Amino acid sequence: MDVSSLTIERVRKGLLGREFSACELAAEALRFAEAENPKTNAYLRLAPERAMAAARRVDEQLARGEDPGPLAGVPVAVKDVILTKGVTTTCGSRLLEHYVPPYDATAIARLEQAGGVILGKTNCDEFAMGSSNENSAYGPVRNPVALDRVPGGSSGGSAAVVAQGTAVVALGSDTGGSIRQPASFCGVVGVTPTYGRVSRYGLTAFASSLDHIGPLGKTVRDTATLLGVIAGRDPSDATSADAPVPDYTAALDGQVKGLKLGLPREYLKDVASESGDLMARGVDVLKKLGCDVREISLPATDSAVACYYIIATAEASSNLARYDGVRYTFRSGSAETLSDMYRNTRGEGFGAECKRRIMLGTYVLSAGYYDAYYLKAQKVRALIARDFANAFQEVDAIVAPVSPFPAFKLGEKVDDPLAMYLSDIYTITGDLAGIPCMSVPCGKTAEGLPVGMQILTRHFDETTMFRLADAFEKAGTA
Amino acid sequence: MKLTETEVRYVAGLANLNLSDAEVRKFQADLDEILAHIDRLNEIDTSGIEPMAQVLYDTEETATLRADVAVPPLGNPAALANAPQPGGGYFKVPKVIER
Repeated sequence: MDVSSLTIERVRKGLLGREFSACELAAEALRFAEAENPKTNAYLRLAPERAMAAARRVDEQLARGEDPGPLAGVPVAVKDVILTKGVTTTCGSRLLEHYVPPYDATAIARLEQAGGVILGKTNCDEFAMGSSNENSAYGPVRNPVALDRVPGGSSGGSAAVVAQGTAVVALGSDTGGSIRQPASFCGVVGVTPTYGRVSRYGLTAFASSLDHIGPLGKTVRDTATLLGVIAGRDPSDATSADAPVPDYTAALDGQVKGLKLGLPREYLKDVASESGDLMARGVDVLKKLGCDVREISLPATDSAVACYYIIATAEASSNLARYDGVRYTFRSGSAETLSDMYRNTRGEGFGAECKRRIMLGTYVLSAGYYDAYYLKAQKVRALIARDFANAFQEVDAIVAPVSPFPAFKLGEKVDDPLAMYLSDIYTITGDLAGIPCMSVPCGKTAEGLPVGMQILTRHFDETTMFRLADAFEKAGTA
Repeated sequence: MKLTETEVRYVAGLANLNLSDAEVRKFQADLDEILAHIDRLNEIDTSGIEPMAQVLYDTEETATLRADVAVPPLGNPAALANAPQPGGGYFKVPKVIER
């Protein structure tokens, strides 16, 4: 059995046609993941007991003639910032090396309820802070497409396992592009749903006004299926939206003729030439599909990075205050007083990028600076959101690059934090506005590096986003 | 340099972060560069703009409240399971008050 090329649909067909059982599939998927993982370091750990238990449940349901759910038997990987009861969850941090969550995230419970089989937990930048996966305390992930390059971040492990075929689909989290950018670097599909669409109960908080959970997969259809399973109101997360969840896969009907698409000029001026050429070819494909493409302007774009790195770090400095040596496993061994225990635990436990962001966030919130930084950034955020609202009066969806350049070499940007932050320019705007956005593969450079196209739509209109992405994917980019 | 070493140490104190001298110098340089970039926000006119603290969507004020019914909590053993030093059903910490 070749597990590396499976999709959700293919798994379903195989199970219902008795080609293989869920247990056979899970065992083979675990074997393959274990054999392939040393190449990329994408999984931090596999969860064979949990996976086999889930697979057995699916086989029992099938034997009883019951419908085992839309994800029946599907091997799923989960970013290590999402809590899995009884399965160590480190957030890519030394601080949580031995942390075993006492409960499941709602997204985890829902995907297992739907028959999903969680294979293991994926590597990521520490507390999801980074754009290259080089900030993990457990070593970087290598991009399966080009092993000397980064997979993107922070959900680098989740994108890599899907590209490598060591999971069929994966869950990631996105605060400033952490699903879409690695999806684009690894040549897979990655979706950041509307803010509030998916419960964050059990997602380790980074920046609460920006955090999302979302799916990654080989195909648009797989991500649509997975989002349909995890989306919807959850009483355990007061920010989860009480909005109906449509059948996303029903929208994959190819009906995109006449769709009005906006191409923001601010997103095209700094794109590397090959990525820009691929993007232009992608736009031609959309035009051939009958879409009405026009140039639009999102004038506040230039201020997005500054705005984001105030809001995200301010919220992070507050959220990460809880790692103080009292409750979460790691405590410094060298402290006489309570105050020293806090300081030493955090000084020894956090990696450089987390410290940098905690420092920046603490600074912008400190006495005398609040109005100049945090409040100002919230006003600029309102301008960015207004840009999108204005654009959506005129167009049904926006298409844009995901990243200014394809996957870069390991180590290339680690010493220049500002350059790393600036590379998030095209993805952080969607998070700031809270609108749904995704990356869909849009061809490869001459060197064979994947490039993604981003599609953004109105709040809660994932349907149009999926419909367009699916039509684009089927039309091909070669 | 806009940011002084004293300010970096002050902020590290607020954040309860013990930094080495090398880290203080590194973050002084990094934060200085990042703050210089961030200062560009001052050029943007935001007069009359309401700050956006969160993403809101059209719904009733009470839509996100759950029913006011008590549900079983996590429980003491589970809550303490990850404590570096549990004891007597509590989280133990170094002495707070000096004699």
